[in-house]
Amino acid sequence: MKILVCITHVPDTTSKIQFTADNTKFDATGVQFIIGPYDDYALARAVELRDQTGGKLTALIVGEVETEPTLRKALAIGADEAIRVNANPKDSFFVASQIAHYAREGGYDLILMGRESIDFNGGMVHGMVGELLNMPSFSPVMKLELEGTNVKMSREIEGGKEILEATLPLIAGCQEPIAEWKIPNMRGIMSARTKPLNVVEPVSNETQAEVSRYELPPAKGSVKLIDKDNVAELVKLLKNEAKVL
Amino acid sequence: MSIVVYIEHSKGKVKKTSLEAVAFAKALADQTGEGEVVALALGTISSDELASVGGAGAAKVLHASDPKLNDGVIQAHATAVAQAFKSVVAKTLVLAKSSLGDAVAARLSIKLQAGLVSNVVELPKTDAGYSVKRSIYTGKAFAETQVTTENKILAIKKNAIDLKLDDSKATVEEFEVTLSESDFASKIIATERATGEVLLPEADIVVSGGRGLKGPENWAMLEDMAKILGAATGCSKPVSDIGWRPHHEHVGQTGIKVAPTLYIAVGISGAIQHLAGVNSSKCIVVINKDPEAPFFKAADYGIVGDAFEVIPKLNEALKAEL
Repeated sequence: MKILVCITHVPDTTSKIQFTADNTKFDATGVQFIIGPYDDYALARAVELRDQTGGKLTALIVGEVETEPTLRKALAIGADEAIRVNANPKDSFFVASQIAHYAREGGYDLILMGRESIDFNGGMVHGMVGELLNMPSFSPVMKLELEGTNVKMSREIEGGKEILEATLPLIAGCQEPIAEWKIPNMRGIMSARTKPLNVVEPVSNETQAEVSRYELPPAKGSVKLIDKDNVAELVKLLKNEAKVL
Repeated sequence: MSIVVYIEHSKGKVKKTSLEAVAFAKALADQTGEGEVVALALGTISSDELASVGGAGAAKVLHASDPKLNDGVIQAHATAVAQAFKSVVAKTLVLAKSSLGDAVAARLSIKLQAGLVSNVVELPKTDAGYSVKRSIYTGKAFAETQVTTENKILAIKKNAIDLKLDDSKATVEEFEVTLSESDFASKIIATERATGEVLLPEADIVVSGGRGLKGPENWAMLEDMAKILGAATGCSKPVSDIGWRPHHEHVGQTGIKVAPTLYIAVGISGAIQHLAGVNSSKCIVVINKDPEAPFFKAADYGIVGDAFEVIPKLNEALKAEL
């Protein structure tokens, strides 16, 4: 059983988002980068499934050298080896093309990743990789159980979930509660230093939808406070001023 | 030439978010001269209901009525949409973001060699190039995205356009889809849906509760408010983590992102991760007994007070006014 987990290197969820260079670049000053929270769920489940099946788990990132500590963390959490595709992840299609190439080369039975990265929120890469590899893809997956090559999943839909059955190989974009996040222990951190981390070059440079400029939302005006003993006033404001009732 | 819109339906009705996608496509077609809007519906649904999609701006609805398409099997839906796209010789596909729509659009992006932009918040600028504004960093910022492919897919966010419906009827045509066994490699065994009438991701009004409500037994007053307003109920992450409310009600960075016209937060302090899930709301009301709760900074209206006193009174006032 060979499992591939793809991770992203993204600003911590509490980060204040700012841009520089005339709003064309993300301002990383003072920002702490983490494994994407959804990728962290995928990684945790991948480690459990590797332990269950006794296979091999590879973690992959598309990113430049500054993403390496994030990838090492995936090794510390339990991945056996890592691949870094040495490129700036320019758009979803670019990232999906790299993953599809190295996934084909590695012959993985199961490919997991987060449902979306929390920077660009596209949630497209798993589906694109699925189509490129002619494998079924599922997202957002909240549960994934393996029995031989049979896979039982639940996928979140509006207001509920679907229970699905499929067979390996397949791709899943994961979210909670698929597994509990794992925190690396000291042994994991030590062994991560010596686990193989292969740096490879991108296979194509093609993009389809690159960002040219960023923008912050307009600042919010200050809140209008209503006395707690005069709630009828709130209803009037919602109806006549905000016009939302 | 036409713009194709992939529309979804539930309980015999075309989803409102899909009607928004049709209206968006119509405005886009008027801007770019891409001809008429052709909607595509999959699975069992009445022709009368489909004809009403004309009210949002579709000239024609293609209906692939094969009941095998009733379940939202991702690959089968992607195959069907690709065939419709090619059959009407379209260059643009528009759809509403949804659990199924997102998954289908990603596969179609490869099938149609189409640049895909998701979370689109307004009509593209097409006078020079093709620039699409989308929401990023979970609503904390926007990005102008340049699409360089000839074919394009736009997955639009709720409220990307003002939906106005009229009585126009679209012509409805049966559309034959060729599906293979591999399109059905996965099977949907069961579907579980919340019993509530209004689904959270699509709701126009959302009423959410946090730990300030002290226990799951106290949700009745929020459910009352939701009923009066025709709203969906949501909750903060701690509340779904402790199991007071189901996970599919968790609103926030790693839960459901909502974009209602009115969001009412009761007993939620307003952690940055929760705000990320609600910052696309048009109007935010915060009710919290702690005047220092950070949520007040993100709110349009606020009441500093105990939820157990304020909510029953507010429910009475809403009932009287509506």
